[in-house]
Amino acid sequence: MTAAPFPATLAPVKRISLWRRYLRRPLGVVALGVLMVVVAAAVLAPWLSPFDPNLVDFKLTHATPGDGHPLGGDSAGRDILSRLLYGARTTLFGAVITCVAGLLLGVPAGVAAGYFGGVTDRVCSWISDALQSVPGMIVLLVVAAGTGQDFAVLMVALGIFLAPGYYRITRARALAVRREPYIDAARVAGVTNPRILRTHMLRAVYAPIVVQTALTAGIAIGMQAGLQFLGIGSASTPSWGQMMNDGFKNMLTYPLILLWPSIALGVTIAALAFIGSTLADLISVRTEQPARRARLRVRQALAGPAPAPGDLPDRVSSGTHEHQAADCALRIENLRVGYATPTGVKEVVRGVSLDAAPGEVLGIVGESGSGKTQTIFTVLDLLPSGGTAVADGIWVDGREVGRLPSAERATLLGRSIGYVPQEPMSNLDPCYTVERQLVEPLRHVHGLSKTAARARAREVLVRVGITDPDRVLASYPHQISGGMAQRVLIAGAVAGRPSLLVADEPTTALDVTVQAEVLELLRELQQEYGMALVIVTHNFGVVADICDRVVVMKDGRIVETGPVERIFRHPEDPYTAELISASLDDTEGRHELDEAWDRDPRLDADLDRSAAHVGGEDDAR
Amino acid sequence: MNAPEDTAPLLAVEDLVVDYRLHRKLRLRALKGVSITVGRGECVGLVGESGSGKSTLGKAVLGLAAVTSGRISFDGEDITHARGAARRRLANDIQVVFQDPYGSLDPTMTVGEVLAEPLLVAGTKRAQAGAVVAEMLDRVRLPTDAVHRYPSEFSGGQRQRIAIARALVRRPRLIVCDEPVSALDLTTQATILDLFIDLQRETGVAYLFVSHDLGVVRRICHRVSVMYQGEIVESGPTRTVAHEPTHPYTRRLLLAAPVADPVRQAERRATWLGLRDSA
Repeated sequence: MTAAPFPATLAPVKRISLWRRYLRRPLGVVALGVLMVVVAAAVLAPWLSPFDPNLVDFKLTHATPGDGHPLGGDSAGRDILSRLLYGARTTLFGAVITCVAGLLLGVPAGVAAGYFGGVTDRVCSWISDALQSVPGMIVLLVVAAGTGQDFAVLMVALGIFLAPGYYRITRARALAVRREPYIDAARVAGVTNPRILRTHMLRAVYAPIVVQTALTAGIAIGMQAGLQFLGIGSASTPSWGQMMNDGFKNMLTYPLILLWPSIALGVTIAALAFIGSTLADLISVRTEQPARRARLRVRQALAGPAPAPGDLPDRVSSGTHEHQAADCALRIENLRVGYATPTGVKEVVRGVSLDAAPGEVLGIVGESGSGKTQTIFTVLDLLPSGGTAVADGIWVDGREVGRLPSAERATLLGRSIGYVPQEPMSNLDPCYTVERQLVEPLRHVHGLSKTAARARAREVLVRVGITDPDRVLASYPHQISGGMAQRVLIAGAVAGRPSLLVADEPTTALDVTVQAEVLELLRELQQEYGMALVIVTHNFGVVADICDRVVVMKDGRIVETGPVERIFRHPEDPYTAELISASLDDTEGRHELDEAWDRDPRLDADLDRSAAHVGGEDDAR
Repeated sequence: MNAPEDTAPLLAVEDLVVDYRLHRKLRLRALKGVSITVGRGECVGLVGESGSGKSTLGKAVLGLAAVTSGRISFDGEDITHARGAARRRLANDIQVVFQDPYGSLDPTMTVGEVLAEPLLVAGTKRAQAGAVVAEMLDRVRLPTDAVHRYPSEFSGGQRQRIAIARALVRRPRLIVCDEPVSALDLTTQATILDLFIDLQRETGVAYLFVSHDLGVVRRICHRVSVMYQGEIVESGPTRTVAHEPTHPYTRRLLLAAPVADPVRQAERRATWLGLRDSA
């Protein structure tokens, strides 16, 4: 193979680190700033403090702020500001010990329990549950009494009580990752279990652990202050909890003494909580909802100026209409779909016009990235967040729907438009039975009574070839096979007798035997109900099997439209010819390839052919 | 290179039975006494519908599924129940490429780390591993600066190339390919299959190739076994099985895949419907 399928060097991509993304969140930056101030105060306490925190000056007792003591004095005549600064040391030191103890116990146990399962999992989970059911405060008081009020030991004990938080989050993540094929691949590659735990598993749990640590630190500081408030800890070490206790005793006469440590504690805990929630947001949410203004900008960019004669072909619609507008089950005119990106508007559909009449099967063919799925998602009004569509017109069943509000668009689904998705399993809700998922739409959309809706659901299931409809109705999605699930979804799509059935790669996730069954079923239903069927696929075999007309898409534009026989006999666009020839039907088998190779390895013509005809490679999903 | 003579097969599976435990008492027999052989430098296909047990057989060879009875031997050595260090030693010889181009690469590792891992666990020095990784990327026709990138930056076909490179870095003698092209566009399928063939000619590696698509198997495999409900119903040279299938199930499987020609496809569909209704 001589032709490289893509450029020898890859264009540099902008990778935005978590840190950089964090710095774009104002709330997170403020919270982080506050925490940095607290940390700085703790570290620099010996230099920042105007007085020794334990120096007693009787003149200062209950003193109001001023006279060299910005925050005044406490009930024993000590400088409050100095005690607050030194107290920050105690607080942060304790929080660090607690978090480290929780991490060291919870994370390894969680990773091991999730990865190994079985006995390890049961024992670890039992200990974790037991820890959570023990009254922590009482045990901590006992520990405090038993260890002579050793602060470090007490904080470790607190860490043990907070370890289940780490354990549960780590175990859940490890359980999910354990089933990933890359773990199997690592095992086959000879990677030992300890190494898998250390590399793959730890990397997988890293992000949620960072979030959990911010939250745990906040909890730890609160609990620590509570313990100190109760009088635990050395009297010679200044701490915020102790100061609050002092202030509490004189709360009515000298409220300021209580106010200062309360502010310090409240602000620190709030900062940690905001840091945690900002991180959680960044880690779990990958894409941000574009603002209204951004959507408007995309809309304007897509609509653009009207194409003048001789303008770029890009601004002119691609594709043709075959039928009169009034006769169409679906008609799209000059559709553009764009997404807002940091560098501008990315157009994924660039001017597409097509139509389909009742009783007709239209295939939309192309590789992934060609915009075929985006086109039909526009018809369904189900574009992913951030997607904006602009069209000169979208007609369903002879009615212009492109400018209807989305609530009205939604009512079309189930009535005028039926939809068969690509992944049957992920399109059924695992929490509900098949019966509920088929009957509910019939009741809400078509206003059928419960018994009538069930009878209709049962009837459609029989129609899609399910021989024991009552068992299937009572089943949960995980109890039926993938092929069966696709039949159920088809039943749901046609139950409302739509005039247009849209199928997005309905057979890609299924194996060939089930694929043939599903195609046969779609064909039968389409003829029986006289629906227009629009089927999106990357497989020209499927097109040859079921379609009357074909639309070939590439890079968001239609390169060719025509009746199936003509497209296969005389493809006008070279890209169409490439796609058709990608089918392995009439290519040489391995024996012929090897015979050719044996004759002359350099004349490996067939391999070169298939290597050269690929522009960029991508996948079907 | 034609399929070598089967004097001493590289991989021999004899009468293999694998059960899955569904509940405490309920067991599902996924394989009901299956025998196959794979010769050196040969590609043997396993084809069947989902639930036929074809992937289970691949998993059993890799040590990822527990064997109930029967024997798997590699190069004369019994590996049926190889565990721990013995199994890790086999990583030198047996590798895998999975179906899912998304789940089979750790999203948190760069491509360089993914490819170096099998070498580092085998004790290769880091600098030397880097050289091997660069060579392998070149072999699977990926640019060498891919090492600093994460799998999410690649398309499905490119990720499958990375997975193939990972399988090859230890220079194994057998790669188990579990539906490696099923999730790809047809055009990408063709190039990945050609890559598999090229690599086989360059390195002499043998493939056990699991697929539900007889068209794919016909393109790449020397021999094929058709599986149905945990048993092999037909075996033979791919040419024979794909053109003159004897078992009715093979015939149905063959006719189920649509061909890119409307006229011929209409005939095939009619034949398939006849077979289906008579079955």
